[in-house]
Amino acid sequence: MPLLNHLWIILALPLAGAAINGLAGKRWPRSAVNAVAVGSVSLAFLAVVELLREFAQLAPGQIPVVGNYFTWIAAGELTAHPFRVDFSLQVDALTVVMLLTVSFVGMLIHIYSTGYMAHEGGYYRFFSYLNLFMFFMLTLVMAANLIVMFVGWEGVGLCSYLLIGFWFLKKSPADAGKKAFIVTRLGDFGFTIGILLVFWTFHSVDFGQIFRQATNMPVESAAGMGILTSICLLLFTGAIGKSAQLPLYVWLPDAMEGPTPVSALIHAATMVTAGVYMVARMNPLFSRAPVAMLAVAIVGAVTAFYSATIGLAQTDIKKVLAYSTVSQLGYMFLACGVGTYSAGIFHLMTHAFFKGLLFLAAGSVIHALGGEQDMTKMGGLRKGIPVTYWTMLIATLAIAGIPGFAGFFSKDEILEAARSGPYANTGLWLLGVAGAGLTSFYMFRLIFLTFFGARRYDEHKVHVHESPKNMTIPLMILAFFSIFGGWFAAPKLIGGSDYFEQFLAPVFSTYAPSAAMETATAPAEAAGGTGTLLLHALTGWPVIVAVLGFFLAWWFYIYRPDTPKRLAQSLRPLYTLVFNKYYVDEIYAALFVRPLLWISTNVLWHGVDEGLIDGVVNGSARVARESGGKLRELQSGNARSYASWVVIGAVGVTVLLLGLLRMGR
Amino acid sequence: MTAVPISYYLVLSAVLFGLGVVAFVFKRNIITLLMGIELMLNAVNLAFVAFARARGQLDGLVFVFFVIVVAAAEAAVGLGIVIALARNRESLNVERVNLLKL
Repeated sequence: MPLLNHLWIILALPLAGAAINGLAGKRWPRSAVNAVAVGSVSLAFLAVVELLREFAQLAPGQIPVVGNYFTWIAAGELTAHPFRVDFSLQVDALTVVMLLTVSFVGMLIHIYSTGYMAHEGGYYRFFSYLNLFMFFMLTLVMAANLIVMFVGWEGVGLCSYLLIGFWFLKKSPADAGKKAFIVTRLGDFGFTIGILLVFWTFHSVDFGQIFRQATNMPVESAAGMGILTSICLLLFTGAIGKSAQLPLYVWLPDAMEGPTPVSALIHAATMVTAGVYMVARMNPLFSRAPVAMLAVAIVGAVTAFYSATIGLAQTDIKKVLAYSTVSQLGYMFLACGVGTYSAGIFHLMTHAFFKGLLFLAAGSVIHALGGEQDMTKMGGLRKGIPVTYWTMLIATLAIAGIPGFAGFFSKDEILEAARSGPYANTGLWLLGVAGAGLTSFYMFRLIFLTFFGARRYDEHKVHVHESPKNMTIPLMILAFFSIFGGWFAAPKLIGGSDYFEQFLAPVFSTYAPSAAMETATAPAEAAGGTGTLLLHALTGWPVIVAVLGFFLAWWFYIYRPDTPKRLAQSLRPLYTLVFNKYYVDEIYAALFVRPLLWISTNVLWHGVDEGLIDGVVNGSARVARESGGKLRELQSGNARSYASWVVIGAVGVTVLLLGLLRMGR
Repeated sequence: MTAVPISYYLVLSAVLFGLGVVAFVFKRNIITLLMGIELMLNAVNLAFVAFARARGQLDGLVFVFFVIVVAAAEAAVGLGIVIALARNRESLNVERVNLLKL
């Protein structure tokens, strides 16, 4: 097993690419930068494929494969519980899925970027950051302990900041980058405390050791909440920040200021799903804290519905997709919260395909229109950019959950788990189904506004053109996976087994509490014979609302294009509220940002910094200067004043001596 | 015949020394300053002699000779400086001599 013994290679490739491009790429032609950036990520992808081949041959006892490289932090060696962190990587089924998703989508987006960014300055910088992001993301998913995971976690945040603010000369991207960094920091605060609490409880940060010890702990009921619930809630706080859930989702829509490939890679397909991955990874702890699970499920379901409503009224094509991402991440958390982690990860993967595709296609639309992002100035693009149209339509069908496409399988599994799984909850299921209907509506609204109807752009100014090959080919590949990427689950519907779920099963069952195990497996077996499940899925509410959403969008934007305007007129207050995203940004600004700025400016800046710190520094300088000025006058050059000092000194010494003599006596 | 007690000499010496100090510190004429210095030196000489006599030892007398020699040299150099000063500044006022150079 050659590669399994050298896991570090997968990390070293993108890191080397980032270093080479970052240090030397400035003087190189673009083709050389491309070769390094795309080459390193493609090699990493090939390495992951090889890893999968070797992984498939492993016996169950050999999993997870752990590579221990060096002791990174060793502290408190003489105490009873030394704090010891190794730089160690591990591979199990969950990691393999994440590695494949991240490296595959990452590779396609690197290729796409060579076309999309072709006319931009700072070309080498962009690819250096993008490779660095790949390095940190792969570190995150391969980490074998919480601290190494945290390195990846913060590293992707850093790259997100750098890439959102890629056009840093403009104010809005620079501000958006800062906002993303600071808002996620709020969540990371909880995450850090969670890690410390884990060490305090288990005396280790190593996943294997934590999980082994957790198996001896009881499931904490709502009445007997304890340390596990606290840990899980704190860790989930980090996930809320990173994965843009309520109430910390506000940074993600603003992050659309970055280049579109960045939105696709970081803010749709990979980084924002890190929170879901983390919750799934920590499943032995979450499964023993039902209260935390409920919190995860509620936050997920409410976010899924809430941000879908915002998506209804946005006119910026990327903003619609951003709110859609927040909403879909909500579904993943809902899946984790109702105990079907594999469904969450499944949706994570299919979402990476179709949402990555949606963003890339949106980028292609923007490219075709010369930078226009406002959907009210698009329309009728179907003929001009056919490849973009067809691929985006496929992605839309996938996200809307139309049967046969990837999103249908994953979303159906989540909603089915919410309805009948071990942690079923009708309220959350209703929110999820309603959100699915809204998703279908706003996605088809996007398609109809962009590709159908009258041309609302200036045809004399804008020369609509299809994107180059290096952009359209990734679109087509992703479209392929948006259709077939979900078919692992298809056999289940006709009475077979769910390949994806089975592949991941060891990760989620090894350390699961025994009670949950029994209930988790029960409904799958109880499912009826061949065909009934398929029939049930095809005629279930998720599909019905998806089709309903499609027809409503068709009615609104194709059949009677004046309906939206009239509806907005008659429901003006509601429309204004949704259009302005429930004024959440404004509320946050009034509640947190402005008071904080006021305190920082008046107390910390003018008071503490200028008054106290500068006062002490300048004060000591002034004391030295003024006392020096006074002492300088002693050096008058006047011999008689020197003589006077000598006399005074002599008298002083004499008096002192006399005094000492008297005291001595 | 009773000897004059040593304290008389010492008091006289102290008074003379004090006058010398006062002259040096408060007068402006540089020749007066030199005279003040001479007065202080000789006040010290008087004290030395008095002690030597009182203790019946010769050390103090030897010191006195050294002091007289140094005083003579000092007077020679000092008066030379006075002449140079008088030529350059056209004044004997010591307050105009504060640059530590001519």
